[in-house]
Amino acid sequence: MTDLSIHAPDPSQRLWRRLRSEYFASPLGSILTLVCVAILGLLIWWVLDWALFRATFEADARAAECRANGGACWAVIANRWRLIMFGIYPYDEQWRSALACVIVIATVVLSCLPRMWGIIRLAAIWLFAALAFYILMKGGALGLSRVSEEQWGGLALTLFLFVSTVVIGMPLAVMLALMRRSEMPVIARVTGLFIDAIRSLPLLAILFTFAVVLPFVLPAMLTGEKLYRVIVGLAIFFAAYQAEIIRGGLQGTASGQEEAAKALGIPYRYRISRIVLPQAFRLALPATINQIVITFMETSLVVVVGFVELLAAGNAAYNTGEWKFAYVEVYVFISAIYFTFVFGLSRYGAYLERRMNVGRR
Amino acid sequence: MTTIPFWRRKKIRRQVLQGAFLAAIAAILIIGATTAQRNLSAQGISSGFGFLWRATGWEMGTSLLRTSPGDPYWWFIFNGILNTLLMGFVGLFCATLLGLVIGLARSSKNAPARLLGTIYIEIFRNIPLIVQLFFWYAVVTQLPNPRNAIQIGHVMLTGRGLHFPGLNVTVLSAVVAIAIMIAALFVILWIAVARRFGRVESARRRLLGLGVLVTGILGAAVALSWGRIPETPLVSLPELRGLNIRGGFQLRPEIYALAFAITVYGAAYIGEIVRGGFKSVGRGQVEAAQALGLSPWRVFSRVRMPLAVRAMLPILINQYVWLIKATTLGIAVGFSDFFMVIAGSITHSGQTLELIGILMAGFLIINFSLAAVLNRVNRAIALKGKQIGVAQ
Repeated sequence: MTDLSIHAPDPSQRLWRRLRSEYFASPLGSILTLVCVAILGLLIWWVLDWALFRATFEADARAAECRANGGACWAVIANRWRLIMFGIYPYDEQWRSALACVIVIATVVLSCLPRMWGIIRLAAIWLFAALAFYILMKGGALGLSRVSEEQWGGLALTLFLFVSTVVIGMPLAVMLALMRRSEMPVIARVTGLFIDAIRSLPLLAILFTFAVVLPFVLPAMLTGEKLYRVIVGLAIFFAAYQAEIIRGGLQGTASGQEEAAKALGIPYRYRISRIVLPQAFRLALPATINQIVITFMETSLVVVVGFVELLAAGNAAYNTGEWKFAYVEVYVFISAIYFTFVFGLSRYGAYLERRMNVGRR
Repeated sequence: MTTIPFWRRKKIRRQVLQGAFLAAIAAILIIGATTAQRNLSAQGISSGFGFLWRATGWEMGTSLLRTSPGDPYWWFIFNGILNTLLMGFVGLFCATLLGLVIGLARSSKNAPARLLGTIYIEIFRNIPLIVQLFFWYAVVTQLPNPRNAIQIGHVMLTGRGLHFPGLNVTVLSAVVAIAIMIAALFVILWIAVARRFGRVESARRRLLGLGVLVTGILGAAVALSWGRIPETPLVSLPELRGLNIRGGFQLRPEIYALAFAITVYGAAYIGEIVRGGFKSVGRGQVEAAQALGLSPWRVFSRVRMPLAVRAMLPILINQYVWLIKATTLGIAVGFSDFFMVIAGSITHSGQTLELIGILMAGFLIINFSLAAVLNRVNRAIALKGKQIGVAQ
């Protein structure tokens, strides 16, 4: 009797075969699988138990109650989220801070859409967003009361630092990249030296220089608010790295393109802005997004020169009064915010990379 | 002959442009220098590097060698550089080991292991290092007080630090002993892998390595006995006395919080680099090795690993330079590294320009020498010519 089912194995057998080849291929592999599954299971159980099953969620729960439950004390977040999100911004005006955050996030999302890519379009929406953000946060116009920069804080400050760094740093980076490959040796050398010097310094040293040392070295009329000085420092740091990325893109662009444009007598500014730079940016896009993501994480360093951004506000949230033990919850909350932005942006970068590779093949 | 007006001639225009560029930079520098000079004289501070020999008058916190407020600035700065190098070395070493494990897990055939690696990388790579540092610092400083110390054998873990048995020797001799041991290990490694020793037969090579090892141990022992503090037992154990732990060797929380944060964060990036390296090894090479009947371990250690390392090293160099710079985050938790000493010196002495200059020069030298050494290694192990096509 012939068994026809050999040629069409039933699904359970196929699953078993797959399991065996992937998970239990060798004795060592089986042990590895078991150990990893055990670790995963423990991790999942441990996190769920802590964060959900034994956690305290009531906003008006006291610290002692949380401790008795043994799990996560989300009450600290419920109690202090306004401090973490908005810092010491005047309490009744915090809607302005929230609206400013929404505008910035919407603008970031908007500029991720390929149809918005174009210097003029991007510049227009970013200019609008910057203006709206500034008026909302600072006030003094449209009937909004004035809030000084020293009171900005929390997520709004983090976003502000990030966005202004990129918006100021990007043109600066293009300029530095073009200067570095300039045909004029003095300009190229000096720019190269400048970029290398900035890149060899840690960001903290640059932040410290701009926040603390600069007022000492610059005449009084040239030193603005500490916040703006720090942004300039961040932007220069970003620009130094981004300039190298753009330079890589410029080198990757076929030199024939530029030569052809030159032969046609197209002036330098059009040659660069219409022919060379768009191609260079296309090539440099994945690395650029990566750099932007890193910049977003790096803005958290301003806590060291005394700004109450997301991280510092979080530190303040658990460091006062009865909540001193609840630091894990606060850091989990802050980490979740950072994670959402960074993970989203880097996934987007990966998507772009795939998309562009497909387009070129 | 038509004459072009001189301002439209390319050569002249370029020279004028470059002249203006240089003049602008010179103007910025001069304005900065004169303003600084004026501010300095208003505070009664003279410029120059003479201050380096003045006593600091403040405590340094953590230092490898003994420091006191009476020590001069240059000694503090030197200790700061030592701290940065130590933290950098420890961070790089641990991050590379952990990163290798993570990268291998990520590129393994085993799905649960891959998943674990992915979870690790996605969590630790997408949260800023300073957030992680603050978190670990909060964890270690909220450990129990010395009375309720977590104790494993003679190792005690408290909120104020990690205490473990130490030798009663001067710090200098301990450092010298460790340096001798590390040098010996490097020489042994060199003998094992360098082409120069390839022709020496393996038995003699092994003997040579053993000789170096014995010399290293003897040298370290001599250094330790020379630096022994008289009239104390050789090994000192930490024990609870009153409200604090005395004796033994104490590691302060900021040190291991920082080392841990750098290790965990750096490993996430290095893990990705390792995975990329393994991915770039052509599948054909591995299959060829398998077809030749090499054991899985040999396929890994003789084919996959060497090829992957060659592909990884250039990117790793960048990552290492970055990690060394990341040690400056120690200032956030109070680890007195190079940057923190410089920042403290600026606030105490006011010698802003000189100290910033030292800071820049220091980091330039550290980064440049690290990159130079690793680039040399890279050139040494790179495959010459078109021996092999490492898939990109």
